[in-house]
Amino acid sequence: MTVMALHIPDGFLSGEVAAVAAVGAIAAVLYALRVAERDLDEARVPLLGVCAAFIFAVQMLNFPVAGGTSGHLLGATLAAVLLGPWLACLALAVVITVQAFAFADGGITALGANVLNMGVLGALLAGFAIRALLPLLPRTRAAFLGVVAGVAWLAVMVGAAATSVQLALSDTVPLDVTLPAMLGVHALIGIGEAAITVAAVGAVLAARPDLIALGGVPAAEDRIQGVPA
Amino acid sequence: MRSAFVLAALAVAIGLAVAVSPFASSSPDGLNKVAEDKGFIDTGTVHRLQEDSPIPGYAFPGIGDDRVAKGVAGFVGTLGVFGIGFGVAFVLRRVRGSSTARAPGASS
Repeated sequence: MTVMALHIPDGFLSGEVAAVAAVGAIAAVLYALRVAERDLDEARVPLLGVCAAFIFAVQMLNFPVAGGTSGHLLGATLAAVLLGPWLACLALAVVITVQAFAFADGGITALGANVLNMGVLGALLAGFAIRALLPLLPRTRAAFLGVVAGVAWLAVMVGAAATSVQLALSDTVPLDVTLPAMLGVHALIGIGEAAITVAAVGAVLAARPDLIALGGVPAAEDRIQGVPA
Repeated sequence: MRSAFVLAALAVAIGLAVAVSPFASSSPDGLNKVAEDKGFIDTGTVHRLQEDSPIPGYAFPGIGDDRVAKGVAGFVGTLGVFGIGFGVAFVLRRVRGSSTARAPGASS
């Protein structure tokens, strides 16, 4: 039996593609560190840790989807809702880096691509999309969770598409071969992502609504807004 | 109250990793399934740095029972990720505190 790996292993991507993805991931993490220096308050120090730990744990819970395939939470949307988009990038980078080095899950040269596809892209998409959509919607729990569900699904699809494009640019497999297959299976995995994300956000909303960085509480929303360009 | 939430959430995470993950689906995930179907799974390699991974493939070494090995890996991993995440945030918070003390508004 081969080692169970869930993320992009080394060898799937060319050196050039892996390097470009790594530059993108590193740039996002460096910017996130600056935002964190400014915006990280006392409450979000343990919250970042527990959010990363929860995502790590739930990523181990592969659920079956069609045809002998499984899926697992990516968690970028959950992190973005709880921490805001940039702190979410940091939380996901911690999770995926630990998985690569301690658990041999996801490659070392592919680490940047994994952080980009499963973390940065999803967290920024989710964070900024939710922030943009909320003022257009009624301020109800159902509307908020509905947006969270839709964005969680979309974040998985974007990650799957990005992976397909990187595989094609690496000459590993053509885009017209992988993209439909990746999007097809991740359309189902995204439903699981949406369900888990809504369950977790719903639980936090019930227990501690003040910990929701995006949406729930206007004061919290204001605090994390306005990252200087 | 604040730490009560953190402890409860951490307990849920550890509970899931220890008690539920051993029973999770062992089918290949989306990417691996596509890689098998489209014939590029064999291009995957294990990096030299990963040959000595402490807990390769979410199986804690030296434990015969696969499910126990995965549960223990989940326990160690979840606590470890919490510690690293907390530590990173703690250091950043300290950095922020000291830079604010030196020059208000300076963020780098």
